Amino acid sequence: MEVPILRQGQFLIASIQSALTDADLSHLREALIAQVGRSRCRGVIVDVTALDVMDSFAVRTLRDIAHMARLRGAETVIVGIQPDVAFAMVQLGLTLKGVATVLDLEEGLAFLNRRTEERFLETKPRRPSDRG
Amino acid sequence: MDTKKSMSVSTRVSDPQALSESSAGLLRELVAHLRQNRTQLREEWARRITRAELLTAMTEEEIFAEATAVYDNYVEALETGTFEALQAYSRRLSERIIPRGVETDEVVGIVLLLRDVLARSLFTKYQDNVEKLNRILDSYEPAANRIANTVAVGFVEERERIIRQQQEAIRELSTPVLQVRERLLILPIIGVIDPQRARQLTEQLLRAIRANRAKVVVIDVTGVAAMDSGVANHLVQTVEASRLLGATVIVTGLSPEIAQTLVTIGVDLSEMATVGDLQGGIEEAERLLADRAAPTTQVREIAPESQR
Repeated sequence: MEVPILRQGQFLIASIQSALTDADLSHLREALIAQVGRSRCRGVIVDVTALDVMDSFAVRTLRDIAHMARLRGAETVIVGIQPDVAFAMVQLGLTLKGVATVLDLEEGLAFLNRRTEERFLETKPRRPSDRG
Repeated sequence: MDTKKSMSVSTRVSDPQALSESSAGLLRELVAHLRQNRTQLREEWARRITRAELLTAMTEEEIFAEATAVYDNYVEALETGTFEALQAYSRRLSERIIPRGVETDEVVGIVLLLRDVLARSLFTKYQDNVEKLNRILDSYEPAANRIANTVAVGFVEERERIIRQQQEAIRELSTPVLQVRERLLILPIIGVIDPQRARQLTEQLLRAIRANRAKVVVIDVTGVAAMDSGVANHLVQTVEASRLLGATVIVTGLSPEIAQTLVTIGVDLSEMATVGDLQGGIEEAERLLADRAAPTTQVREIAPESQR
């Protein structure tokens, strides 16, 4: 199932609507990373509100998206993890370390706005992706 | 006075205990005697209860009413040798009197008093015929002891049931998630945390984070005396799960013992913000909330090994 990727200002929003197969997830990852560069956006939001199960592959894919997007110059935030899913994830040791997570889409947009402002104020870009 | 044979005893054949004919007859004689002197013995018993200062939580009329009911049940249990009715009655009695502060020793005391009162009346009645008195007592005593046992056990069981009920209630009451101000929750944990409670705490907290759109949560464990490794790990998991919902957790009031436990078992504390006391925790939380520019999580540089 294709995950729609919407553009909102400087940000991309990928809203997952139903359970995804591993292939779907890989596809989402590739599509997002490609679009980040093409549309020169500064942030990515992945909305997982609709997911009531998250396995290790899904969590790893989300983490990879965050790290790859950062290499391409965009900050990633995962939004809408359900309480039960969150607890199941930590019990399985899947904690999305180093990846920003917030409550919902609204919070995600606010978070990215803050992050990009911070970056804008910084005099020197410190991202390794600036080189390529 | 000698009309005890005329009182027809209806359960002549339904005696379930395999008593020999003579002891069954003696028991019947005994029951008839108790029925006949019901008023007098009952009053004597109530008097002795009052004199022994038992059941002080109840009025004299109440004592007399309960004494009557207990007496009748007692005689019936003696007569039929079955204890179900007495059990049910003692359970109902316990339900009524436990909330009024009646203690176990009082209940056991009054049943033993009744046993004594009845035994005394038997002594008086058969004092001329010691041999018969002995036989009567032989059949009376085991039954009376069993009755005393039944009532005491019924009372204690009722207490235990109440204790279980209260434990359940405490468990449910003991995990309030409080909103102190917009987007700030406090979870004060008091008492012993068992795995079941820890799980319930986490579920409640995560739901509350979502419902209140909380950004910062202060978990105060001042009231927790000890923490085993299972619970400590659970706490860390709670912190991580809260982070996945976008809330920062500040843990406050970790006692020296718990701090040692956490370090000894090697719980990873780097993700956990801890502040000494609740006041400091709330101050820290308000700083986080005021400083909206502060990122909710520390986004680190990409570690090379984290790629696949």
